[in-house]
Amino acid sequence: MSLLETRHLTAHYRDFQALFGLNTRLEEGETLAVIGANGAGKSTYLKSISGLLRGAPWSVVFDGEPIGDLPAAEIMRRGIALAPEGRRLFPSLTVEENLLVGNYGRPVPGPWTLDAVFSLFPKLRERRHQASTTLSGGEQQMVAIGRALMSNPRVLLCDEISLGLAPIIIRDIYAALPKIKETGTSVIIVEQDIVQAMKVADRLYCFQEGRISLAGHPAAFSRDEIHAAYFGH
Amino acid sequence: MIGWINTIIQGVLLGGLYALFAIGLSLIFGIMRLVNLAHGDLIVFAAFFILATVSAFGVDSFTALLIAAPLMFAAGFLLQYAVLNHTLGRDILPPLLVTFGLSIIIQNGLLEMFSADSKRLSAGAIEVASIPLGGGLAVGLMPLMTLVSAIAVIFALNALFYWLPLGRAFRATSDDPETAQLMGIDNRKIFAIAMGVAMVVSAIAAYYLGVRANFDPSIGPARLIYAFEAVIIGGLGSLWGTLAGGIILGVAQTIGAHIDPEWQILAGHIAFLIVLVLRPRGLFPRAVD
Amino acid sequence: MEAGKHRIEIAAPASRHVMLIGALLLVALFLLPFYGTRGLVQELIFVFYMLALAQLWNLLAGYAGLVSVGQQAFVGLGGYLLFALTVYGGIDALLAIVLAGAIAFVFAFPTALVVFRLRGAYFAIGTWVVAEVYRLVFAQIKPLGGGTGTSLPVSVTNGVFGIEFLKSVFDLRTALARDMVMYWTAFALAVGTVLAVYWILRTRRGLALSAIRDSELAAESVGVDGFRTKLWVYAVTAAGTGMVGALIYLHTARISPDAAFSVLNWTAYVIFIVVIGGIGTIEGPIIGVIVFYLLQTYLADFGTWYLILLGALAIVIMLFAPKGIWGYVAARYKIELFPLQRKLVKSEDETGPAA
Repeated sequence: MSLLETRHLTAHYRDFQALFGLNTRLEEGETLAVIGANGAGKSTYLKSISGLLRGAPWSVVFDGEPIGDLPAAEIMRRGIALAPEGRRLFPSLTVEENLLVGNYGRPVPGPWTLDAVFSLFPKLRERRHQASTTLSGGEQQMVAIGRALMSNPRVLLCDEISLGLAPIIIRDIYAALPKIKETGTSVIIVEQDIVQAMKVADRLYCFQEGRISLAGHPAAFSRDEIHAAYFGH
Repeated sequence: MIGWINTIIQGVLLGGLYALFAIGLSLIFGIMRLVNLAHGDLIVFAAFFILATVSAFGVDSFTALLIAAPLMFAAGFLLQYAVLNHTLGRDILPPLLVTFGLSIIIQNGLLEMFSADSKRLSAGAIEVASIPLGGGLAVGLMPLMTLVSAIAVIFALNALFYWLPLGRAFRATSDDPETAQLMGIDNRKIFAIAMGVAMVVSAIAAYYLGVRANFDPSIGPARLIYAFEAVIIGGLGSLWGTLAGGIILGVAQTIGAHIDPEWQILAGHIAFLIVLVLRPRGLFPRAVD
Repeated sequence: MEAGKHRIEIAAPASRHVMLIGALLLVALFLLPFYGTRGLVQELIFVFYMLALAQLWNLLAGYAGLVSVGQQAFVGLGGYLLFALTVYGGIDALLAIVLAGAIAFVFAFPTALVVFRLRGAYFAIGTWVVAEVYRLVFAQIKPLGGGTGTSLPVSVTNGVFGIEFLKSVFDLRTALARDMVMYWTAFALAVGTVLAVYWILRTRRGLALSAIRDSELAAESVGVDGFRTKLWVYAVTAAGTGMVGALIYLHTARISPDAAFSVLNWTAYVIFIVVIGGIGTIEGPIIGVIVFYLLQTYLADFGTWYLILLGALAIVIMLFAPKGIWGYVAARYKIELFPLQRKLVKSEDETGPAA
């Protein structure tokens, strides 16, 4: 049985349907990439899993339990943490406080402590008492990921972590992912940047207008096949 | 000259009471963007609650406050959880109208239970005690304690906000309620706790109000207005700013009263209006908005 | 894509049947002083001016999104202006009502200068504070009674335009003729505000209001000047409210600051009427005032319990049926007595080039 599954997952924004009956799975310990163009439904997919969007109970199944209709705070407590699109750091809190608030609902012991996060992202240690708003985009992204890790989640969801960042910064951040994987955390990465995502992924899905257009191991597909799945033609 | 100095001292001390009125309002608005039109009436409710506790248990007012405080917390928690949480959202009308309805209910409920007669809380001998300052000036002990309490409450709240995980949760929720949920923060509970805390502060305010002057069911709206004026003069986002706002309001009122007793309240309103027109964000607004 | 011409159409007012019933009702109400009891006439005067206040508050809060808890400022201002203009200016009362409206319109501008600094719920309390200032200031004006208030001299109340005419034409006692003049003035104000509000909302300015209410930022991005529109609505509402206030105190013939600037009578009850009836609709306040009238008539004797009931009703409606009685009915049965929905319609007489 997979660690996390979606079964016929649909999602709507008012009259607009964003997802059409998605069946996906995440195995324990693996890093899953979800790629697709803007508006393909990738963020909606993560919002549905994390509880920001709620649906039918069995549309999302975690460790055999139906969680599709649970509120976000409850899902976080069960061990699914989201580093949301656009970082969404708390402006009133310092870097350190942002990290500390990350495990408010789930103060579970594990490999990820404040110190461990600073070791993962050394730049943050120097800036720990600064207001989070004074950081660069890349540093903010590091805080967002670190904040999600602080709850020692079983599943880490990363929504568009490369958005708006320079390539060299993106590389730095992606260098951290294998270390996260080493501690046993399962990861779902949602990305528009195909290259980086495919480098770290064990498996990938490609979404196209709310449907899965490709699924399997990254190495199994040619560039043309991925291109076609991404753009739909 | 002595007269004016005394007036200003009295105004500063009065400001302590106004700050206590205002802290609860400021707290609730900061955390959940809710303006509670029944805020003043809840302070009056607390005063009557303390009074009833004095009668029921035969204790003095201060002990009654200690007994009442946790019960006030529970009342605020329940009010928020069961009623006010359901009004929060994009529309400003529901919280406004529900709290307005609540205001009417509280005023008339208190009227039914206690009649329109003025009541007073007694604190014993310290009610009239005063500390001489030399040169013919003196400060009343109770007014001084009111100001000291306001300062102590602000210190305590800031300690809560900046040293405790719960305080971090408050600040995070105030910044971004949706992302706060991703931290496992249950908004509904956080809001209810915040309202509970605000009610405890209001109970403290009620104690000093009741000892200082007579109170009856109808004085709630005026307390709301003073609280509101203190918050606006001080500027949103900072509890110390609210204290400053309260003091400025208090001084404006006592100066007005010194010129003509009938002008006390109007002088306060005018000070408020002047600040509103010249510095709409208040005198000490928080930089980050 | 076809290149046909389009235009915006507002649905024609309700079917001919409804319009006929409405017209008959208005005629019946107009003629009421001739067949109704004095008591009924008095009650309807109250209903009419509460309806007028409700329509105005609804325009301000339900359509423009400016939730004011301080309209009593203009009620009291209108009342005091009536007293000042008639007693000291020697002006006929009916003319004084109109002038009171004009002067209230002017006062609205400095008032807005202050209260528009605030938003949302803080705006609400701000308007309340301003009303308090008005009350405290008028309590200082000794020639108008100061803190205890004053009464209108009989020469003013019996000298209102039309009373002599009615007395001679219908051979009535002064008191009756005075009632009739009051009644028709109140009737005119009630019908007038309903029509005025409806007319305003049918114009482009009205569409701008809805846009601002929904999203001021979005509205401004399409060229709507939020500030000017809101200011205009606030001033117009103040003028109307001032006129109603003048009427109320002409009718009551006695004024005091606490009564004229009463939050309960001129704001709490008005808000209740609008909320129960259905905020943001023209039909709503009409339903609301009828419900309120019934509640007042049968339950007002219960004093505090009556008020507790009103407060509880307002809360329950806001939580469970925020669109009020009319909102529920209109949604369920899809009716619109005062149609305001705009449709994009293709002009029939244009034959554009073939697709």
